[in-house]
Amino acid sequence: MNSASNLKKVLASGQFAVTAELGPPKNADAEVIRTKAKLLSDCADAVNITDCQTAIVRMSSIASSVVMMQEGLEPVTQMTCRDRNRIAIQSDLLGAAALGVKNLLCLTGDHQQFGNHPNSTGVFDMDSIQLLQMVRMMRDEKVFQCGEEIKGKAPDFFLGAAANPFADPFEFRALRLAKKVAAGAQFIQTQLVYNVEKFAAWMKAVRDLGLHEKCYILAGVTPPKSIGMARYMKNNVPGMDVPDHVIARLKGAKDSKKDVQKEGINICVDIINMVKEIEGVAGVHIMAIEWESAVPEIAKQAGLLPRP
Amino acid sequence: MIVGQRKPIQEIIGMLKGIKNILILGCGGCATVCSAGGEKEVEILASIIRIDRKKKGGPVETKEKTLARQCDTEYLEELKDEVDKYDAVLSMACGVGVNFLADMYPKTIILPALNTSFMGVSEEQGVWSERCAGCGNCVLDKTGGLCPVARCSKHLLNGPCGGSQNGRCEINPDIACVWQLIYDRLKGLNQLEKLQEIFPMKDWSSSLHGGPRKIVREDLTL
Repeated sequence: MNSASNLKKVLASGQFAVTAELGPPKNADAEVIRTKAKLLSDCADAVNITDCQTAIVRMSSIASSVVMMQEGLEPVTQMTCRDRNRIAIQSDLLGAAALGVKNLLCLTGDHQQFGNHPNSTGVFDMDSIQLLQMVRMMRDEKVFQCGEEIKGKAPDFFLGAAANPFADPFEFRALRLAKKVAAGAQFIQTQLVYNVEKFAAWMKAVRDLGLHEKCYILAGVTPPKSIGMARYMKNNVPGMDVPDHVIARLKGAKDSKKDVQKEGINICVDIINMVKEIEGVAGVHIMAIEWESAVPEIAKQAGLLPRP
Repeated sequence: MIVGQRKPIQEIIGMLKGIKNILILGCGGCATVCSAGGEKEVEILASIIRIDRKKKGGPVETKEKTLARQCDTEYLEELKDEVDKYDAVLSMACGVGVNFLADMYPKTIILPALNTSFMGVSEEQGVWSERCAGCGNCVLDKTGGLCPVARCSKHLLNGPCGGSQNGRCEINPDIACVWQLIYDRLKGLNQLEKLQEIFPMKDWSSSLHGGPRKIVREDLTL
């Protein structure tokens, strides 16, 4: 029990890490997790479990993480600030640690307006940076947020955070990452990279601040499954940057849906190969939510297999 | 000021079912300034209610009155000799006025005609927007005078989040990203270093989460 996180071990060894992502079901069926976990088990060092992503009610990320661990796969459990106050978050984290969760990704969370309960309260007692700080203090100082001592075992998480190199103001993005690192982030998973040039410029700013030596940066990638999806990400997802040449490449694929999907995988593999060459990039985070079956193919084509 | 807007007329009419004699009570403070519940709006609402009830064959008697404010005892006391004459008082003040009337006149039915929306400004004719959340623990010295509690959709204290694009908030392109505004303003003031500090978790006990709030000023109490 409680051996260090596999993800941490891979990153610390200097090997190029691979994480994937799994969206829990909108029902109580653990088999959905088991099936997806089987698809991902040989091609990722750890797999993110989302916490009601886009504010849609799904099986809890901690419960899903436990099911995933039963399948022998290591979860990166996501925790957002949208639905819980500091009492609930700390309580859930004690529970998660007790159940064997080793990696925690600290997020503010998508606004409830995007989801299927837009009339709900958004808690936002804290933001992602304050969440990182709180969990680091629980781990390193053995104190609850209120300052009271944690008597006995404190939760021991390998702490991660997200970063979006493509949001505005661009010149503040590396500085905001510095705040996350100072707060406690040990690894970072970025927003999906399609504009590699802009990502490289952000990485340069990150290196100028020396942050690549203080945390492991995993570039987020996803295969575009269709021209429509690529267009949707370009036009409708705030903070996403999908250059026209990506869409043009998909359009260049032969007509069948299968050809477009194949080209989507090729695009993803090419991006992995490019970001791999950027100094300070320690791995990739392959997010193929609802297309988990694409991940083994991408990992294989990108020469990322076998995993350690 | 406190900005409100009149409730949908059908909702108000629904509240008045069975009531035959109403005082429609305007407020000369914020509700007048934001054109939601001043003398003019009282007059308009009263005539809509009368016409509706006449059409439905259940006429109603309306009395119209507008007090200087509904959040001070001295003005509410003006009603003490007449309030018993009405089946209900329909207040066109913000929720503060409705509450204070209910506190003061326990035997009278007090109804709200407005939805109290926020503390805000009049940006231009006919446009109001929020500026302060009344959290009881002001942070504006650290954020260039612009409030992330009231104006960031997630009340982030260490923004901007990853959804800020082209100066707009991810939840609605009509909303400015206040963290972009804060960034621009601090940059202009040569104070960008303020954004590099981690803003600690906020004490929300001074906001509504600490229970209803009260201020007692010993120097002013009689």
